[in-house]
Amino acid sequence: MIGFQLEPEHEELRKTVAAFAREVVAPVIGDYYERDAFPYPVIAGMGQLGLFGLPFPEACGGMGGDTFALGVALEELARVDSSVAITLEAAVCLGAMPLYLYGTEKQRMSWLPDLCSGARLAAFGLTEPGGGTDIPGGIRTRARPEKGPVNGPANGPANGPAKEDGKAGGEWVIDGSKAFITNAGTDITSLVTVLAITGNADGRHKELSSIIVPAGTPGLTVGQRYSKVGWCASDTRELSFADCRVPQDHLLGERGRGYAQFLRILDEGRVAIAALATGLAQGCVDESLRYAAEREAFGRHIGQFQAIRFTIANMEARAHTARLAWYDAAARMLAGQPVKKAAAIAKLTASDAAMANARDATQIFGGYGFMNESPVGRFYRDAKILEIGEGTSEVQRMIIARELGLEDQAPPLTRRH
Amino acid sequence: MNIVVCVKQVPDTWAERKLKQGDATLDRESVDGLINELDEYAIEEALQIKEAHEGEVTVLTMGPQKASESIRKALSMGADKAVHLIDDALAGSDVLQTSYALAKVLENIGFDLIVLGAESTDARMGSMAAMLAERLSVPQLSLASKVEINGTAIKVNRQSEDGYWQVEAQLPAVISVVEKINEPRYPSFKGIMAAKKKPMQVMSCADAGIDTSLVGLANAATEVVDFTERPPRQAGTIVKDEGDGGNKAAEFLVTQKFI
Repeated sequence: MIGFQLEPEHEELRKTVAAFAREVVAPVIGDYYERDAFPYPVIAGMGQLGLFGLPFPEACGGMGGDTFALGVALEELARVDSSVAITLEAAVCLGAMPLYLYGTEKQRMSWLPDLCSGARLAAFGLTEPGGGTDIPGGIRTRARPEKGPVNGPANGPANGPAKEDGKAGGEWVIDGSKAFITNAGTDITSLVTVLAITGNADGRHKELSSIIVPAGTPGLTVGQRYSKVGWCASDTRELSFADCRVPQDHLLGERGRGYAQFLRILDEGRVAIAALATGLAQGCVDESLRYAAEREAFGRHIGQFQAIRFTIANMEARAHTARLAWYDAAARMLAGQPVKKAAAIAKLTASDAAMANARDATQIFGGYGFMNESPVGRFYRDAKILEIGEGTSEVQRMIIARELGLEDQAPPLTRRH
Repeated sequence: MNIVVCVKQVPDTWAERKLKQGDATLDRESVDGLINELDEYAIEEALQIKEAHEGEVTVLTMGPQKASESIRKALSMGADKAVHLIDDALAGSDVLQTSYALAKVLENIGFDLIVLGAESTDARMGSMAAMLAERLSVPQLSLASKVEINGTAIKVNRQSEDGYWQVEAQLPAVISVVEKINEPRYPSFKGIMAAKKKPMQVMSCADAGIDTSLVGLANAATEVVDFTERPPRQAGTIVKDEGDGGNKAAEFLVTQKFI
């Protein structure tokens, strides 16, 4: 094997997205960021490029690409700006992907074409005010079937397959709330897929299922945009559901499989987040290289000082390592190999790289790096969430350790006499 | 409508461009090549005309193997097929010879409308539209900032520094476009994937009926006799403002004959 090399069409995609990021995103994004505003024209341009349909087949309106295509696009966007990159990542990996993987033909065809074109965005409602990583423990949102032929919640053994739930007349009635949901409240949001407790199968374990809630459904209240430290030009909302009713055929996939569904969605999403984080790490190198050749101190360009040269060398090494890690995870995913550990390593490595590079780049820029208007200032603010979103760094370590056979929650060792 | 867009692979305008010692031709090896920027506007205009009036867009380029990168870009944007004129005998051809060679190919493949960028970023002759029109005996409408087609009539706003002329002609014709005319699209991933499957015809001089004794560096009508590399940039003069900065600036401008 001689290194990792992308296919020529992926390289062309990289060039195209890089040009788009430089020519269309870079000149305007700082202003949106300052105003906490969603950059609709930029998102529309990304839609025209076909970015929202990258990993989906042409039959449902997609571009017929793969994880590498999506990752390359995310990396090149995040090299310039993370807000638009996360909008794309969440729309594709969390919004559209569950519909593609678990939706019926009817659900796919009614929602995916608009999502793939970027005309509409979808969101995934998983996290709640009381639970993120520990969603099975922290989840409070409930959906009860009403007027349908389905068994009610907490009514004994596991309920029947999805097709029974889709019978006419029945409804899901949702009550609860969701927190930190990306793309949940834009003017072009079409739906939120909500994870909810739909029963209590064996009297002990919560039965979790995913339900599609179209935007504008009565009983769904979209909260104000959060005031965030970073990702300021992306849309993040709290959602609350009060007697929110959707037809029973809005169940996504099999009833009771919600937890398993979102574990897979998150595994694959981690590869995408790793690509995004790699882009931020590389963007820090780009900016620092430019500044090192331009800024003078003590009669020379600062790039001639070893302190700066070594710092940038370290930054490049981190970005390179992060890229190899996500390429590796993506290659395994495409080959149908187990990807859990590789995806966790990629996400952990790349978000570490992003955070360290943002800190170093800001240091190289000095006071200018602390200004919101400098790209490096935005990188600094955008990096931290990468260690938190879609599985914290601690979760990634948990996964890696577990994959290595290290048990968590083993009983404490007792000393024998 | 059969639209042909002539494109040229040029050295990246951001890179340091050099002439080769010896034959004084452009050093294309040491820098990355890309499609000439104005040619992207020509492709976009051709695609818009096709979308409005139906037809087919063919990309034509002359150049070494590397020039196929520019063809692929044009096909990714949405052109339907491509012709690549490639022959060692063509190396070093000047604009007269290039127009002869391209005209031969265009006679071969046929056209209703030929679209060019107004000039290339490397040689910057800006004369290809005129030469092709002359060789093919069709009207030329150059420096177009707007194109309207109605049946076989073509109407163009011909841009100048002061405004524009409205000029009209009958197809077939040659037009060259300026960057004001449109906003070139980015290729989509679907376009990039589709480009791989689009027909690309490779032609040699013999295929196109080009007389090789008329082309190439040795037979060129023009010759670069000598050239001097750009001298390194000199350090500027720093004038300290001691209350008389305005006068000093004016004195400097006088020495440079600006005022």
